[in-house]
Order: sequence, then structure tokens, then C-alpha cells
Amino acid sequence: MNPAQSPHGALSTTGRSPDVLLEGRNLSRVFGRKTDLVAQALIKAGLAQPPKMLRAVDRVDLTIKKGEVVGLVGESGCGKSTLGRVIAGIIDPTEGELFWQGCDIRSLSSAERRQIKLGVQMIFQNPFASLNPRMTIEDVVGEAPRIHGFIQRSGKSSVEYIDEQMRRAGLPPALKSRYAHELSGGQRQRIGIARALAVQPEVLVCDESVASLDVSIQAQIINLFMDLRQELQLTYLFISHDLSLVEHISDRVIIMYLGRVVEEAPVEEIFSHPNHPYTRALLAEIPRLETTKRRFTALKGELPSPMSPPPGCHFHPRCPHAFERCKLETPQLKEVAPNHVSACHLNDAGQGI
Amino acid sequence: MNGFASDPKTMHSSSRALLDVRGLKVKFKTNRGEGTAINDVSFTLRRGEVLGLVGESGSGKSVTGMSLMGLIENPGRICGGQILFDGIDLAKLSDLEMERLRGKRIAMIFQDPMMTLNPVLRISTQMIETVRAHDDVTLVEARRRARDALGQVGIPRPEERLDAYPHEFSGGMRQRVAIAIALLHKPDLIIADEPTTALDVTIQAQILSEVQKLTSEYGTALIWITHDLSIVCGLADNVAVMYGGQIVEYGPVAEVIRSPRHRYTDGLLNSVPSRNRRGDRLRQISGFAPSIFSMPQGCAFRPRCSFADDACHQTPPLATHGNHAHRCWHPISSREGLGS
Ligand SMILES: Nc1ncnc2c1ncn2[C@@H]1O[C@H](COP(=O)(O)OP(=O)(O)OP(=O)(O)O)[C@@H](O)[C@H]1O
Ligand SMILES: Nc1ncnc2c1ncn2[C@@H]1O[C@H](COP(=O)(O)OP(=O)(O)O)[C@@H](O)[C@H]1O
Ligand code: SF4
Ligand code: SF4
Ligand SMILES: [Mg+2]
Ligand SMILES: [Mg+2]
Repeated sequence: MNPAQSPHGALSTTGRSPDVLLEGRNLSRVFGRKTDLVAQALIKAGLAQPPKMLRAVDRVDLTIKKGEVVGLVGESGCGKSTLGRVIAGIIDPTEGELFWQGCDIRSLSSAERRQIKLGVQMIFQNPFASLNPRMTIEDVVGEAPRIHGFIQRSGKSSVEYIDEQMRRAGLPPALKSRYAHELSGGQRQRIGIARALAVQPEVLVCDESVASLDVSIQAQIINLFMDLRQELQLTYLFISHDLSLVEHISDRVIIMYLGRVVEEAPVEEIFSHPNHPYTRALLAEIPRLETTKRRFTALKGELPSPMSPPPGCHFHPRCPHAFERCKLETPQLKEVAPNHVSACHLNDAGQGI
Repeated sequence: MNGFASDPKTMHSSSRALLDVRGLKVKFKTNRGEGTAINDVSFTLRRGEVLGLVGESGSGKSVTGMSLMGLIENPGRICGGQILFDGIDLAKLSDLEMERLRGKRIAMIFQDPMMTLNPVLRISTQMIETVRAHDDVTLVEARRRARDALGQVGIPRPEERLDAYPHEFSGGMRQRVAIAIALLHKPDLIIADEPTTALDVTIQAQILSEVQKLTSEYGTALIWITHDLSIVCGLADNVAVMYGGQIVEYGPVAEVIRSPRHRYTDGLLNSVPSRNRRGDRLRQISGFAPSIFSMPQGCAFRPRCSFADDACHQTPPLATHGNHAHRCWHPISSREGLGS
């Protein structure tokens, strides 16, 4: 964002550390299950139960500091994308507050909110689905900056601007009159990145942005993210289920399980001293380049349904250390080492694992 | 080499390979022209052995797997080579003969379990049908076998879940059902085409542990197709690295990981995050994989290879040292490999 038109300086802050860019407090996002017309009629007539609510994100606190790479890890369906979309302002939280550089987003005018939304851009998993097939690459990259007045409709300076975004994303500007479907998966992902960069964001939320790419192309895109971080002082929320990638590029890691944050720590700390039993199970299963065969083992128990999560600690049906209290009481996040929090009752009992 | 040498099946028939693929070639004819999807692919597989087939998308992994299943259809065709399965050349079988083998002695697990499952039929219906397609047993017996197979892949309360529809299962569970179907006839060979790519590590480990049990308990031979070398490491005995429709490197997993010979394998290994210092740029392979309609002349990796020279304009022959083979004019010497 252009600092001159940036809303943050003008507003009073709540006095938090100035390097906190984004803060979410007690964020929840609840989805109602979709009902068809017949089901709606039945519910009205009292012949069926109203649909269950699904708490995709459950009272999450989160801070992202300027220039930081925060890794967000968890199983499919645990709420990573939903949290990412809340942070990027694509959907609203059903509960909780979101602060941008210390000011409550709800206290802002809609114009100011729009500015902030531009400042947080999301890069999706499937680069193809998010690209309009009838638009040339030039149009895809130029659309948002034109709408939001970063560049003119046409003219030399806007051509240069678009070329610059493409070059930053590692795309030769010569490709700009082509269509997305004519390009490879890695190139399409670069279009998504160029499009996001074109509105000069401060934060990129990368949702499984390399998951569908080949290993050698993955490395190229990860390197691009790391270069852009240097070049543009970008901040990242890096959502992935690939722990070795998260370990490589993150400064801090957040582990989610069924909508809740269960552990959070700096990257070296979490990979060397994982505390939560779920984190430990995840780390144990990272596929590694190793030269001996290993015996794969399975966590006991079934993946619970997010529609009816188990009571107490959500992880208890699969936890090898579960005890009575785990079924009754939700463990709270507590500090187990400096900057390292974990939500497990074992930490109270004073019994290490 | 085989991690489970005590297995009965492995011992009594280790002399002859279960599968011997020789010089396999598959072409596709489309409006963009004719392209060679796989070219001169050869490998062997013994009972109970696990082969990891690794490569980028488009390198020919699935086409190799589909050829073994007799599933190459128009506009593709097998136009060279042999697929000797227990001595029979599968490439020469009629559709009917192939159908008798498929599902019975050779089974395939696809990346998308819905390639196997029919969304409108109960799991029980589909499994019972599969049992009775090859074995003349009663409904009750077929149902019992279906239930046992579900239990075997770790589906809790299989009797209850048997009558569910596919959509009532999560992605990981659906994949386990697809695996259970592949197991119904305790086939001699299973081809698994990226079946865990979309799954989380804990679920992936669960599926790998089921598959591992199979190979050790029944001597099932397994081809595990993936683009992720690190998955193959803990699972496979041998690994075949594919690039541009050819196996460019083949050998025991430990050897290929420790001292790769081909430049592409080396590049792939070096780009893995754990081989790079945290926070550093990853050592990447630049460029991207070729299309089968515009294959570079000679070594297909040439445009991306920093060691390429004039010699590389000729197709490198397969050079074999013991059981480690590669196709590269300038292979990495063992000393160089240790240094990098
Ligand atoms: N629009 C929606 N309506 C109803 N339920 C939803 C909606 N979006 C997400 N959910 C549900 O919320 C939960 C969390 O979904 P989310 O997409 O955030 O998971 P995720 O952690 O990103 O998973 P994955 O790794 O598979 O992408 C899931 O149970 C999902 O089915
Ligand atoms: N039905 C088809 N028609 C045309 N080309 C095909 C077809 N199936 C596969 N190919 C081509 O064959 C090559 C190898 O494909 P495949 O084996 O699916 O690759 P992968 O290694 O990703 O599994 C690719 O270039 C692909 O485009
Ligand atoms: S609270 Fe109990 S069930 Fe949950 S992770 Fe800790 S020990 Fe396991
Ligand atoms: S044959 Fe030549 S181009 Fe191909 S990998 Fe070897 S050195 Fe590189
Ligand atoms: Mg998601
Ligand atoms: Mg494939």
C-alpha cells in the first residue's frame, strides 16, 4: 500500500507493540450446513432437526508480526483455509475481533477496510480454478490495480507496471497476451502471485500454494516466496500440510486440530521440542529421505467428524496419553517454554510425556 | 534387499521375476501430432517386492501403470515391448483374457478413489460384485470377505460401514475402501498410482502401514507411483526415476538416495527442504518438464541440465553397474555424489 494513503497511521492504536501487523482475538467462524428446499420445509414444519452448526474455527487467537513467516499446519478440514480467509478479509468471523496494526477493523470506514483488504492477499491452492479462462494474463494481473487506482486504464506506465509484476513473479512479460490455460501449473501459480503483488500487499496468505505442483516446481515457487520476502519486506501466513516445507520457510508455527490452535512456537522450538501429542504424531510421520525401510504405524482411532467433535480435548479419541479429564475438559493454551504454548492437560499434571 | 525375507511366497519363487517389463513403448496420437508417452521402459519385480516409480507429472508414470493393467485406450496404444507377468505377455492378451486377470491377479489403486468407487452404489454392493466377478461364492460368503477386507484396512466397525455409500466416508476412508477392494482377491501385483498425494501425513502413514502388511503377509508385489521421493524411501526396495517417458535411473533405494548417478535425480534430491539449510533458497532445477509432443532430441533433461554438452544430443544408453542403472552421458561419479 502507498503509505500516503494508508489508513493506519491516522488512527489511534491500542498501544500494542508496533511491529504487530495483524491480530485476531477469539476468532470463530461457524458454518450452517447447507439445506435444500425440501429440508427447509421439513424443518419449518417441525418434521426435521435444524442443521447442525460446524465450528470451522473455534476461538483462535493469532498475531502476525511485520516481516514474519507464520506456518499454519493441520489435517484436512481442521479449519486452516477458513482461518486464512478470515485473516484475508474474504469472509467475516462470526465471533471475535480482528486488529490491523492495533486498530479494530470494525471501527474503520468501509473505504479504510477496503484498503486493508488489499493489503492482505490470498494465494490459492489450485491456480487454475482462481483464474478466469477468458482473460489474458495481462488482464488478470492488471485488473485489480486498475480498479483500485494503482494504475491508469492504459498507457505506457501501466504497461510497465504490469511487466514489473510479472517479472517479480518470474514470468517473462512476453507471455502477457496468452491465456492461463496455455501455461503450465507452475506458471499459473506465478500468475496468481503476480496478480496478488499488483495491489502492493503487505501480507500474503498462501493456502497450500505449492501442494499441487511437482517437487522441482515447488522448489522454484518456494524460492520465489523467499526472494519476494527480501525484496518487498512481505509478511506471510503459510498454510500447508507439508511439514518439511513449513519447517523450511517459517519463523513461527501454529498447529491446528479441529478448529482449535493446539500448539504454537518458534520453528526451531516446535521441531526440536514438540509438546502436544498431536504435534508429536505429525512430526513422527513426516516422510524423510532416508536409506532404510521403516515400519509405518497408524494412529489409533478414527478422524472425528467436525460436525460433532469429541468433547473435552478434541484429540482424545486418538491420543495415546488420554486420561479421564481429557474427555471432560477442554485444555487451554498455556506457556510451556518461552514463546511456546500448548493445550494439553499433561502439562498441568506436571507429568512430561 | 527385501525387508521381509521370511515371507513364504518370496522364498519359494524368488528365482523368476513375477513381472518382467521389456522395452515397453506407448504412443498417443492426438490433433497435436503423435507423441511417445513412454519409450523403452524396462524393469523387473519379484514377489513381495516394492518398486517406487518416481517422476514429475507427465513423465509417464501413470501410462506405465495403465499399460500393466491393460487400460491403455484410444488414442493411445502399446507399440512395442513385452509385459511378462508370471510368464504371460500381457501386451498380447485379448480384452477378455485381460479382464480375467484384472482385479483378480493385478489390481490398481488410483489417486482419486472415486475412479474405483461408484457413487450411487453401497460399498457392500460394489465389493460383493467384485468378489463374485472372479470367484463362484455365495452372497453370504462374498459379504463376509468384503467385511474382512474393510477390517483389514483399518475401518472400524466394518459390518456397520459396509452398507454405507461412498459419500458417507471421508477422503482418507474412501481411499482405504478403494484399497480394500484392491485386496479382495489378494492379487499378486498392486499398482498404486499416487494414492496418498491428497492425504494428510497421519492418514498417509495409516495407509502405508496397511500396504506394508500386505507385501509382507501375502507376498504381494507393489508398484508405488509418486512424485515425492521421500514417500518411496521408507517403503520401497527399488526405485525407478522417470523423466520424459524413460526410466533414467533405477536401483536399490538406499543407493539411489545416497549416490544418485543421473543429473535429474541429483537435482530432485537436492531440492528437498531437508537437504537445504533452513531459510536458505532451495537448490532448484530451473525450467520445466517437456511435453511428449516436443521432446528434446537426445537426453530429455538436456534443456534443464547444467552438465549438458554435444554428446547429450544423442539418447544416452542404459548403463548398468550391478543393480544400479542410469541413462546419462555424464553421470555423477560416486566421489562427486558424496561431496554435494
Ligand atoms: N462454506 C462452507 N460451508 C460449510 N462448511 C464449510 C464451508 N467452508 C468450510 N467448511 C467446513 O469447515 C471445516 C474447515 O474447512 P477448511 O476448508 O478451513 O479446512 P482446511 O483445514 O483448509 O482443510 P484442507 O487441508 O482440506 O484444505 C471443514 O469441515 C469444512 O467442511
Ligand atoms: N489419453 C491421453 N491422450 C493423450 N496423451 C496422453 C493421454 N494419457 C497420457 N498422455 C500423455 O502421456 C504422457 C505421460 O502421462 P502420464 O503417464 O499420465 O504422466 P504421469 O507421470 O504424470 O503419470 C503425458 O505427456 C500425457 O499428456
Ligand atoms: S489433553 Fe489429553 S487427550 Fe488431549 S492431547 Fe493432552 S493428553 Fe492427549
Ligand atoms: S545425458 Fe547429458 S543432459 Fe542428460 S542428464 Fe546426463 S549430462 Fe545432463
Ligand atoms: Mg484448505
Ligand atoms: Mg499420473
